[in-house]
Formats: sequence, structure tokens, C-alpha cells
Amino acid sequence: MKDQIWKRGTLGVVTTLALLAMAGTAGAEEFDAHSSIISLGYGLDTFYLLMSGALVMWMAAGFTMLEAGLVRSKNVVVILTKNIALYSVACIMYLLFGYQIMYGGGSGVLPGFSFFIGPEHTTAAVLAAGGDIPYAHLADFFFQVCFVATAMSIVSGAVAERMKLWTFLAFALVLCGFIYPIEGYWQWGGGFLKTLGFIDFAGSGVVHLCGAAAALAGVLVLGPRTGKYKNGKIKAFPGSNLPLAALGTLILWVGWFGFNGGSQLKVSTIADANAVAMAFVNTNGAAAAGLVTALLLSQFWFRKADLTMALNGALAGLVAITAEPTAPGPLLATGIGAVAGVLVVVSIITIDKLKIDDPVGALSVHGVCGIFGLLAVSLSAGSFVDQLTGVVCIFAWVFITSLITWKILKVVMGLRVSEEEEYSGVDVAECGLEAYPEFSSDK
Amino acid sequence: MKKIEAIIKPFKLDPVKEALTDAGITGMTVSEVKGYGRQKGHKEMYRGAEYNIDFNPKIKIELAVSDEQVDQMVAVIRGAANTEKIGDGKIFILPLEEVVRVRTGEKGENAL
Repeated sequence: MKDQIWKRGTLGVVTTLALLAMAGTAGAEEFDAHSSIISLGYGLDTFYLLMSGALVMWMAAGFTMLEAGLVRSKNVVVILTKNIALYSVACIMYLLFGYQIMYGGGSGVLPGFSFFIGPEHTTAAVLAAGGDIPYAHLADFFFQVCFVATAMSIVSGAVAERMKLWTFLAFALVLCGFIYPIEGYWQWGGGFLKTLGFIDFAGSGVVHLCGAAAALAGVLVLGPRTGKYKNGKIKAFPGSNLPLAALGTLILWVGWFGFNGGSQLKVSTIADANAVAMAFVNTNGAAAAGLVTALLLSQFWFRKADLTMALNGALAGLVAITAEPTAPGPLLATGIGAVAGVLVVVSIITIDKLKIDDPVGALSVHGVCGIFGLLAVSLSAGSFVDQLTGVVCIFAWVFITSLITWKILKVVMGLRVSEEEEYSGVDVAECGLEAYPEFSSDK
Repeated sequence: MKKIEAIIKPFKLDPVKEALTDAGITGMTVSEVKGYGRQKGHKEMYRGAEYNIDFNPKIKIELAVSDEQVDQMVAVIRGAANTEKIGDGKIFILPLEEVVRVRTGEKGENAL
């Protein structure tokens, strides 16, 4: 009985409302379905891009926690400060200079040089474009600014425990304002790499290889941590907080759904929605496979299931699939992640043997696996030669300009803390704080 | 009076404490220490690099007992802490010149 009343009541209300709506609009103006669809699509895609950007911003927390966990406790405060400050510096530099350099058009190799971020789309312009302007201009800026911050945060892990804080932030100014935007213009800004046919969907090259190249230049100029390589042996400096490292990795994994999923830039058509779903599935699969193969390899090789290698493995898979997460099927994507997980472990050991000190494995995760991911794109799209060209161009540009920048900073500000500061920990020297003051270590 | 200092494996603390309590001991001091004897250190691995931990964690128990109790307490400790493996520890017996209870000022065996 009650059911009947509810059903009839609802039907009555809906009918009345519909009649009112028709009465209200009839004679006033015709219902413009076309404009409504455009508005709806614009709203949906803008929302999607903004939320994806927020997820990518959350990756900053991931990097912060991961790196904080993998350094020694006497160096944790500086790395926390570096991570959160570089995010902030990136946002400002990209707002002032970077975005317009990257997306302001140009000659193909040389971008135009204009500043700030340009005006927002007007309603009239969006409607007139008939769907060709899919989302708000500022949403695009917000999404992209989180990417440049990601690229810069890759550097902080590689130079950890011995670089001066302010020199690092000065480098962040240069990378985020100029180095990254120029190579980003080449690909996503419509420059010569894009014209060539180079594929880098979400940034294995533009973001991850860029970060790794800048990090490599920095690490070569900086040198290893004191005591790391002595008498032909590699000294272990175990991380201080593995729960944070694991947490950071999981945060990055989740944030990556925004990184790869959001790079479709739209979700409001069936094709786009399907592509986004594929990106999510492939991103997840690659991470999972990378973690498993890294863990297995660690067990076979070192007879221990090294958690830190497993974490790096997941990230390696994520970086590798970032080059093209929508074209391969889920099996291939999982396979790409699996290979990345093996590559990253081998790379970490090899780089250490070359006496290049990378406390968190950033060069291996983002550099080696970024290159692998870009080349692996040719398994499902594009051409191997084009991919290789992109790799070489991005790496060469970023590495050389970074090397010059690091060298200049070394002369002007000094790159490295003193030996005594390094021994007692950079936290007290640079920030005047201890991360775990109740557990003061003796080293 | 004598002071007994026993270095034992950390997981043996509870059995030794209970055994001593059953034998009539009413107080002891416990500290976490590191050390090695024939056990030497052990190796750990981090990201493919091996490193040595030279010192093993141990527990030190300190008791003050009367001369007559020494042999009995040593046996009690040995009984509870022995695992028949290298690294079980050592017991040191030192002469104890004087004992004073802080609350009352009592001295000697009355203060034990």
C-alpha cells in the first residue's frame, strides 16, 4: 500500500515538473540542445582535468614520503623541505614563465617567449567553437603545473643527503621556468618532436627522462656521499623510515591514475572515456608487474626480498607505461611493467658499481625506465626511430643545460655541504631542526 | 655482599626474571647493551650492498645479593638463560662494598 502511494506520488510530481518546465520554456526561447551539450562537455572535461591535476599534485606527497623514508634520519628535514618547496617554486615559475613558453606556440624548435598564462576562454568563444575548446584554459594550466613539479622532484632524491638546500631551489627555478618548458614545447606544445611523430602520452620523456637527465647532471657534478665508495666496496646507508617509503609509493601509484588518466585530457566522449579507462587499467597493471618482478629478482639475486627494490619496481613500471598507457592492451602493458621491474634492479646495482651515488634510485626508475618506456611504445604505436629521436633530443637538451646550470651554481653558491655538516646531518646545518629529536642518533 | 652482572640474550629476559623472582630476588636493574664475544656480528643487506653489524643486542641484569646467595643465583640465571649456543652470554661477580636504601638510610644486608 505504501509502495503504491510512493510510486503514484513520484509519477505525479515528475509529470507536474515536466509540464511546468515545458510551459516555462515554451514561448520564452527554444531549448538549445547543442549549446547544452557543449556546456556539459566543457564542464565535465574541466572538472575531470582539475581533479586529475589534484591527483598529480598528491604525487608530491608520494615523492616526499618516499624520499623521507629512504634517507637517514639526520637528513630527513632537508628532503622534506626540498620537496615541498620545489613544488611551490615550480608553481610560481611555471605561472610566470614556463606555461607560456611551453604552450605559447613557436617555430618548432624555438618557442615564443611570452609570459603569464593568458586569458580564460569566454562562454561565447566556447559555444562558437562547437566542441573544439573542450575545457577551461586555467584547468589546462593547473594540470600542467603539477607535471613540471613532478619532473623537478625527481632530482631531489638523487642529490639527497649532501646538496645545499638553497642551491637546489635555485636550480628548480631554472628547470621549471625554462629547461622543462622548452623540451615540453617540443612535444606537447606542438613543436618539432610532435610533428615528427614522437609519442609521449603522459610524460615518460617530457617529465621523467627530463628529471632523470637533470638529476644525472647534478649527481655527476655533486659527487657521491662521503664514505659511500671506499676501498672498492659499496657502503650501505639504510633508509630511516621504510613505512614512509612504502606509503609514498602507494600514494604515487594512486596519483599516477591522474597522471596517466588525466593526460587523455577529456572524458566526455565515448572514445575518450574508454581511453581513460584503458589508461587506468594499464597504469595499474604495469605498476603491479614491476613490483612483482623487482621483488622476485631481489630474492633470487640477493637472497633477500628487498622492500626498497620492490617499491622502485612498482615506480619503474609506472614510469615505463606513462609513455603510452592507452594504446597497448592490458597484457602488453603488464609485460612492459614486468620488464621495467627487472631493468630497474639491474640498473640500480650497475649505477652503484659505476660509483654514481643515487640514494633513492631516481636515475634508474625515471631515466632508464623512462627511456625503456618510450622505446617500448613502438610495440603498439609509432616508430622506433622516432621514439629514439625523442629520447636523444630530450636527454641531450636537459642534460647539457642542467650541467651548465649546476656548474654555474657550484661557483656562485656552492653545491655541497661541508664534510662536517654531512657527517652530523644536513638537517641541523640547513634547517636547524631534527626530524626525530627524541631518537637522536649517534651518527 | 656481591654484585652479579649477567649479560644474556634479550629474549631470555622474561624467563630469567621469573626464575630469579621464584628464587626470592625482590629487585634488579636491567639495561639494553650491545656486545660480542665469540658470536661476532652478523651481515645485513641493503639494495645489493652487504654491511656488517659488529655488535649484537644483549640485556644486562644487575643484582645485589648476599655472599650466601651468589652460587644459587648464578645457577638460577644459567638455568633460565642457557640455550647451548654461542652468544648466550656471561655472568660477572663483583665484590660489593656497601648498599644504602635511599628512603630510610639502612645499610648492608638490610638494604638488599
